[in-house]
Amino acid sequence: MNIVWVDSAEDELSQQAVAFARALGGEVMPVSFAAEEAYAPAAWAQTLVELVAARGASAVLAPGSDRGNELLAHVGAKLDQPMAANCTRLEPGSPARVLRVRWGGSLLEEATIDGSPVLATVAPHAVAAEPFSEPEILSVAASASDLDRAVRVSERVQAAGAGVSLADADVVVSGGRGVGSAEGFAVIEELAELLGGAVGCSRAVTSAGWRPHSDQVGQTGTKISPEIYIACGISGATQHMAGCKGAKRILAINPDAEASILASADYAVIGDLHEIVPAISAQIRKVRGASAP
Amino acid sequence: MNILVCVKRVPLTGGRIVLTEDQRAIQTRHLGFTVSPHEECAVEEAIRLVETHGGSSTVLTLGPAEAEEQLRDMMAIGADRAIHLTTDGLEWDPQATAAAIVDAVRAAGEAFDLLLFGNESADAGNYQVAIRVAHALGLPCVTGVKALAIDGGRLRAEQEVAGGRDVYELGLPAVVTVKEGINLPRYPSVPGRMRAKRKPLEASAPQRPPARLEMQRLIVPEGPSKQAEILGHGPEAAPRVVEILQEIGVL
Repeated sequence: MNIVWVDSAEDELSQQAVAFARALGGEVMPVSFAAEEAYAPAAWAQTLVELVAARGASAVLAPGSDRGNELLAHVGAKLDQPMAANCTRLEPGSPARVLRVRWGGSLLEEATIDGSPVLATVAPHAVAAEPFSEPEILSVAASASDLDRAVRVSERVQAAGAGVSLADADVVVSGGRGVGSAEGFAVIEELAELLGGAVGCSRAVTSAGWRPHSDQVGQTGTKISPEIYIACGISGATQHMAGCKGAKRILAINPDAEASILASADYAVIGDLHEIVPAISAQIRKVRGASAP
Repeated sequence: MNILVCVKRVPLTGGRIVLTEDQRAIQTRHLGFTVSPHEECAVEEAIRLVETHGGSSTVLTLGPAEAEEQLRDMMAIGADRAIHLTTDGLEWDPQATAAAIVDAVRAAGEAFDLLLFGNESADAGNYQVAIRVAHALGLPCVTGVKALAIDGGRLRAEQEVAGGRDVYELGLPAVVTVKEGINLPRYPSVPGRMRAKRKPLEASAPQRPPARLEMQRLIVPEGPSKQAEILGHGPEAAPRVVEILQEIGVL
């Protein structure tokens, strides 16, 4: 029996975690918490710990989301068992073997995990999602211990919806150190607006204070998956590429034809972004002007 | 208010990761080192909290002798003292790391009101050391925090979630893990670097227990191995770029 914590039947990462568990063989039990339960990581983990004992589970899995990783870390702490985060493969055995993601996906690690039950989270997109139905889910309530319930969500503040969100945008136009200044982003903003896309940036730009961290694409920023990613003056450090590897296509605009981003890009224009980006914007206006009635 | 911040020394990987011959580590001969990004923000947050509420900040690392460089860097931006749990360079698994930190916290001459960590290290990304430390010390733990406020012995923490922010309110002492973006870390000044050399650093060498999550080998994933199509040089390439934007239907 393998227990899988799921956020909901609709959640894609949860569907991937269930598919991952099914591939291991044996019975799979998706577990979720009743909708009225405020998120309380230690209390939820305590419930999972009690289920492990009651059902004699040999593995507990969860999606490799912030919450999935947090819950299984708590389960690992409570049971004093090892936990492997963001696995792309799991071979049961003693010890079990896992393949897991490091450096935001820039590196993989083969590891042994010597614990029972096996605790692991499933890296996003490690396997294809398999839909499962609501009735398959065991709905549970959070454990009642006061210490465990001390940490729980007391309030949800809704985000003010301003413009296209970076994570969901179909087009992202990003600037790196090569933009040179906060003001230099005017040309990036102009192109993004013409394309109905979002503005992004690299970590170097955020560290310099040119753009807010909410614009940062990367391992410690936002992970994006646009139809096209236009990366201007970005060299392509692993920290950055970990955030944009979900892009369907990458266009790099860079003065250096040897920049490492070119090894991950589909298209490149070599030269100064301050000349090239405005020229692309002008060409878009020209094309639109010609097709306007 | 006394704060402990735990950090990890990691290489600045640049554009391409190359492994050592035995495939058990990154080839770092030509690389610089830093503190994981989330942790750098944790140190900045500790310094700001001490500036506001008084008290002191202590930075701790488990790592090789060379990790003193990162401890001095963090003292250069304002941490008051450091604890160095030295290793022989071998990787410690999350359980062993947490146990060593717990021992160090218990051995420290002071009680900490707040223990700050990064949400996950840049390299191993195990997402669990802070939670294990909190559990062992019987403290509450909030993770992935993007805004932190402390008032009258209680803390309010905000965590980014899809569509908004979740708010947690709890009493001190507590363990909090932060994410980059909670603040913009300051750079060390020259006088800061001078002062850091004289700040107290306490070193000890804990025994490494057997790993229960044990790395066997690292693999550089095969990327789609692309050769970017050069659309042109300079602004003359603009018409070709726009053709492509039209072809893929984003224009």
